[in-house]
Amino acid sequence: MAFYRPAPYQKPVAIAVLLAMLALPSVLTAFGQEFYIGFATRVLIFALAASSLNLVLGFGGMFSLGHAAFFGVGAYAAATCLNSGIGDALLAFPLAMLAAGLFALVVGAISLRTRGVYFIMITLAFAQMAYYLFISARVWGGDDGLSLASRMTLGGFSLSSDSALYFVALACLALSIVFLGRLADARFGRVIQAIRENETRMEALGYPVFRYRLICFALGGALAGLAGALLANLTGLASPNLLQWTQSGTLLVMVIIGGVGYLYGGVVGALVLLCLEEVLAGFTLHWHIALGLLLLGIVLFAPKGVAALFGKRHG
Amino acid sequence: MTQLFLEQALNGLQFGLMLFLLAAGLTLVFGIMDCINLAHGSLYMVGAYLVAAAAQAADSFWIGLGAGVAGAAVLGLLLELSLFRQLYKRDHLSQVLATFALILIANEAVRIIWGAQPVMLNPPEALSGPVEIGNFFYPAYRLVIIGFGLAVAGLLYLLVAKSRVGMWVRAGASNREMTEALGINVQALFTAVFVFGTALCALAGGLLGPLLAVQVGMGESVLILAFVVIIIGGIGSIRGALVGSLIVGSVDTLGRALLPTLLRALLPADAASTLGPALASILIYLLMAGILFFKPQGLFPARA
Repeated sequence: MAFYRPAPYQKPVAIAVLLAMLALPSVLTAFGQEFYIGFATRVLIFALAASSLNLVLGFGGMFSLGHAAFFGVGAYAAATCLNSGIGDALLAFPLAMLAAGLFALVVGAISLRTRGVYFIMITLAFAQMAYYLFISARVWGGDDGLSLASRMTLGGFSLSSDSALYFVALACLALSIVFLGRLADARFGRVIQAIRENETRMEALGYPVFRYRLICFALGGALAGLAGALLANLTGLASPNLLQWTQSGTLLVMVIIGGVGYLYGGVVGALVLLCLEEVLAGFTLHWHIALGLLLLGIVLFAPKGVAALFGKRHG
Repeated sequence: MTQLFLEQALNGLQFGLMLFLLAAGLTLVFGIMDCINLAHGSLYMVGAYLVAAAAQAADSFWIGLGAGVAGAAVLGLLLELSLFRQLYKRDHLSQVLATFALILIANEAVRIIWGAQPVMLNPPEALSGPVEIGNFFYPAYRLVIIGFGLAVAGLLYLLVAKSRVGMWVRAGASNREMTEALGINVQALFTAVFVFGTALCALAGGLLGPLLAVQVGMGESVLILAFVVIIIGGIGSIRGALVGSLIVGSVDTLGRALLPTLLRALLPADAASTLGPALASILIYLLMAGILFFKPQGLFPARA
């Protein structure tokens, strides 16, 4: 893999898509399809979560199978904030990111001591630990999860309408993508990608490999926490299911489908997977089988992800 | 108190031995083939369903167990030949994606064939009662499971430590290329190990069937425990899998049974009842984190 470098057409396309996304709620409303505003918000939120995993996996080269834990911690942190009187997203979202980021820091500090298969499995085990912790702790509602009395406000504006939340999610995703793109191109991003390519060499050059990895891991966790806080607002619930390991698997599938190490890999993957689910679920009750067969097909016939089917890797 | 402790210690031993059946196959697939198999838990689930179905058809638990394990082994063989063989040389990402897809397919297929309701699997009639050991009663069926687990563990030890095939397996786990260079047919060895691992986890599924519900998703929770076992034990090491299984099985069982009581003695009742179940459910993960902190390669690393 080479260093990430955006294709020349990437920026104009991204701006055009962003403009279309801005117009989407009014278009959907004009056609009487308001239901799909909620669905679009879900896609945006999962795009953010998958992008945060892509930072860790694609740029950092750390194969984490426990990313949903940070997603879930963000959701629980947002719900806890709201229920204890911090109802403004301007304060609650950063707090959720802080909680998820700190948790990722602790998990990373232990997990990053291991390599390869061990790393995959220890991140999985830590996520499972968080899952059981939330299920068995009564303060967080146990199996039922923690429900939110209402949606948050943002600087005094209520997010109770679906399109308001949609725009907030869109802003969070757009800002995160800009941030990730700048990060990948900055010194930190270069070092992280170089560590992915050749850890020993970077160690020999005197870079504190462990510290760079850990910061990247915690950053990814914090961004996943933001996505979790958004999702808690959308569904009105912080549920332990968010931390389940199948959720980590789903995020991973999104990144792999979209393209590991591509800036827009997480976004494309979330869009493709969620739309596939929606379409397949309309045809058959047993859509999991169809999805599974499709994934197997992708592994066997398009090993580099959907992005690689449509063009060469730029970089 | 000693009654309770003894009973829970036996339960822990029984749970640990069943975990070992799962972890033994998994650790070899990881260790020798460097292949991540998330679908190992699904094979355990499918095995339990096959045993339940065969036991119902034959009206005998033991015939059902044999037929179910054989059926699962055939399924494992087909899977290895059609899919896993192609996955060994691929990166971990592809392996995780493919086996994740297998989980989706297996869960849904089981739901279509057997329905969403748990399937009943009854222990053999003769073993349904308790046995008296000294002045203490213990379910006969659980004792049989312990016996089965010990027998399989002993057999596996002899097979891996004393036989020629076992030597190949150990050689494959510590250095795959060198083993190949020495003229061992590694591909056939891989197939045999995979099928054997499938049979072992179907055996665990069938034996545990009467104790736990045979239902969709039963494989996933136990899969994570098997992961914890092989992380603690060291990937690719059968000895590590055995030690790890017994540690995880007894710490988990004893923790759940005794920790709330212990905490109640130390803390105010209110705090103890909140903290007890939460701490008990994450105890093995804390243990794993502690072991990895000092030994990142696990207790018995297969590769030096």
